[in-house]
Amino acid sequence: MSIDTVAAAEVSPEQSQPFAELGLKPDEYQQIRDILHRRPTSSELAMYSVMWSEHCSYKSSKVHLRQFGEKAPKTDALLVGIGENAGVVDIGAGWAVTFKVESHNHPSYVEPYQGAATGIGGIVRDIMSMGARPLAVMDPLRFGPADAPDTARVLPGVVAGIGGYGNCLGLPNIGGEIVFDSAYLGNPLVNALCVGAMKHEDIHLASAKGVGNLVVLYGARTGGDGIGGVSVLASETFADGGPTKRPSVQVGDPFMEKLLIEATLEVLQAGLVEGIQDLGGAGISCATSELASNGEGGMHVWLDRVLLRDATLSPEEILMSESQERMCAIVCPDRLPEFMERCAKWEVEAVVIGEVNATGRLTVDWHGERIVDVPPRTVAHEGPVYERPFHRPAWLDALQADTPDHLERPVTGPELRQTLLAMVAAPNLASKSWVTSQYDRYVQGNTVLAQPEDAGMIRIDEATGLGVAIATDCNGRFAKLDPYAGAQLALAEAYRNVAASGATPLAVTNCLNFGSPEDPEVMWQFAEATRGLADGCLQLGTPVTGGNVSFYNQTGDTAILPTPVVGVLGVIADVAMRTSMAWHDEGDHIYLLGDTSAEFGGSEWANHVHGHLGGLPPRVDLDRERALAKVLVTGSTSGLLVAAHDVSDGGVAQVLVEMALRAGTGATVNVPAALEPFVFMFAESAGRAVVVVRPTEAGQLGALCERAGVPLTEIGVVTAGAELTFADLFTVPLGDLKREHERTLPELFG
Amino acid sequence: MARVVVDVMLKPEILDPQGRAVEGSLRRLGLTGVNDVRQGKQFIIDLDGVVEGARLELLETLAAELLSNPVIEDYKLKVIEDPA
Repeated sequence: MSIDTVAAAEVSPEQSQPFAELGLKPDEYQQIRDILHRRPTSSELAMYSVMWSEHCSYKSSKVHLRQFGEKAPKTDALLVGIGENAGVVDIGAGWAVTFKVESHNHPSYVEPYQGAATGIGGIVRDIMSMGARPLAVMDPLRFGPADAPDTARVLPGVVAGIGGYGNCLGLPNIGGEIVFDSAYLGNPLVNALCVGAMKHEDIHLASAKGVGNLVVLYGARTGGDGIGGVSVLASETFADGGPTKRPSVQVGDPFMEKLLIEATLEVLQAGLVEGIQDLGGAGISCATSELASNGEGGMHVWLDRVLLRDATLSPEEILMSESQERMCAIVCPDRLPEFMERCAKWEVEAVVIGEVNATGRLTVDWHGERIVDVPPRTVAHEGPVYERPFHRPAWLDALQADTPDHLERPVTGPELRQTLLAMVAAPNLASKSWVTSQYDRYVQGNTVLAQPEDAGMIRIDEATGLGVAIATDCNGRFAKLDPYAGAQLALAEAYRNVAASGATPLAVTNCLNFGSPEDPEVMWQFAEATRGLADGCLQLGTPVTGGNVSFYNQTGDTAILPTPVVGVLGVIADVAMRTSMAWHDEGDHIYLLGDTSAEFGGSEWANHVHGHLGGLPPRVDLDRERALAKVLVTGSTSGLLVAAHDVSDGGVAQVLVEMALRAGTGATVNVPAALEPFVFMFAESAGRAVVVVRPTEAGQLGALCERAGVPLTEIGVVTAGAELTFADLFTVPLGDLKREHERTLPELFG
Repeated sequence: MARVVVDVMLKPEILDPQGRAVEGSLRRLGLTGVNDVRQGKQFIIDLDGVVEGARLELLETLAAELLSNPVIEDYKLKVIEDPA
């Protein structure tokens, strides 16, 4: 078996290399040759190809993502911004919180259980590599139609994988989303969010500082996981009888990850680590080149020291392996014995694989032969950047002109009743407890709110009750109708959800799921969505702290709905002052905050009842969102609000049903005189919430809303009965609503 | 009467966390010289009549698609005619 060395590469410039099979374009390959002044070795080609991939280099998205930095609102809360493993936000009292959402879409389609499980594992390692203890996870999920056979294959596996991995780690799963749409058939979206906390002084960054410091690889052994693509390089080096095919599937081991968390936090807190990086996509290639690039600029690696699970791996494969549960630390030589001791205590294998130097080069040896010699910045940070062409899709005008106005609407009481019962059972609005009950939502005992509440909330500091709330949202149908507004509506909804729980929105993460960037119409959707999100974050004063882009979510020429999932994190000084969606006492007053108009473009009603998508999404008014959030947070933390629930998918009717079912008692609702009952019940106008106050405190709420400039309308009163009554229209028993609301998912997947 | 035995194992290159855990325990309990442990599962299907032709083909398909996960697992199917 021959190894391609730097020396060999220098004397064989003409040797043809399978760069196209590795996903590199001819000009990118030429660029590598220009950087190195020779042809790359096969190991170098492996590193460049994976690090210059869309997934690792953000080459198509970079020019647009810059806006998140350029338009970032001024805030003192941001301790670590975009570019690190995850952003870090100051939440006061010496505490910092880090959170991030990432996609694991393609792996989860191939192997749903392991794909979703390793998605959790990867994002958890991102969080702990900042020095934070991971505290909770959330999963925004998108699947094809609920009754499609492929959804029956993918969804149960994904849910089991998330539950299996997260539950074994002992991390509560406090929320997320489950959305069904035919656009996701063949391209399910499996996004994973993790949040962690640390004291300010425990923040760590990914840089290899200090000449002479050692590069330690620790955690699970390296195997042939997730390197399907690189087998074109390795094929010629395999003797007969070796593995015929490398799997593109990565298998996770949550128990190893748990040990890795404990070992990592222990070595960080003991001050044994100068820099740290998790191993995710692109494995050792990514970790070594990024660490070197961020630090002194040079590093030497003895690749044959890497502990292997499979002794037949070639150096190219070791460089690219995406084996899970591995970390890379930069350690001072005199702290190494203690580092190794702490790892051994947690039964975590560790080995020194390299050393930091000031050569400005990343060099890798394999059994004494030089196989890589590159400037690390060219691998990690100075990859190709594309200004991909984009243009507004020609079909958009026709789509926007096809408004839902012509759709037949329910008018009479019995018609509205029937529509309500159909809507609460729609897969997108139905109870998700079949899924969320497979997740441990309360492990660790710090979960304050979890699904089906608007936001997940956890306590960070037991002494003071300081906590954070997180919500993720995106309506891809809105984004298809208008990506700029759609991204802002996703932001507004997550922001509103966090405020409805009583937390003050502070920072944003995002997972931008789109089709192929090589399609100018998809690229336009992406450009518009990022512009909308950046403008929206500036206006709301919530900076983007980091995130992830997932392109190529398409089958043939058909892209998914543009799906910019937005996660908003908020802080609450004392979680005891949170507000839930359940109302309590008979006689309490129910108010609708905000304005309602006949906005049905992209609504769940148009989607579920008529299979219609067209028109414009609801109007965005971020100043109104900000004012509404102020009312919700002030009302919540002052104890004024008994219950609060944001209004979004399914409209006010869905909100009232959810509040009633959560409480177990009903209400009598009066349709405001100015509104058609159907519009009142099902319109999806933004900037609204339903709140409940004691009758004696109605005046206080009125004054609060007036000061903030938020319109309020009294829409009903909580009753002791077991039915929901829309006065003069219809009454429906809670039992019927509950049955319809809860039967959908068990019938499909149970 | 026939017996069909299907052995399902994770593909050799796929990480086997359970096997790794068992391996660790074997060592802790004093077994020396352990190189590797892989864990799998076995299905024993007893049937009337003989297993051949289309029926065997169906069993092969079921072993590949139902009893194992072809993305990460291999299976071996064995037919024992007249198991005593």
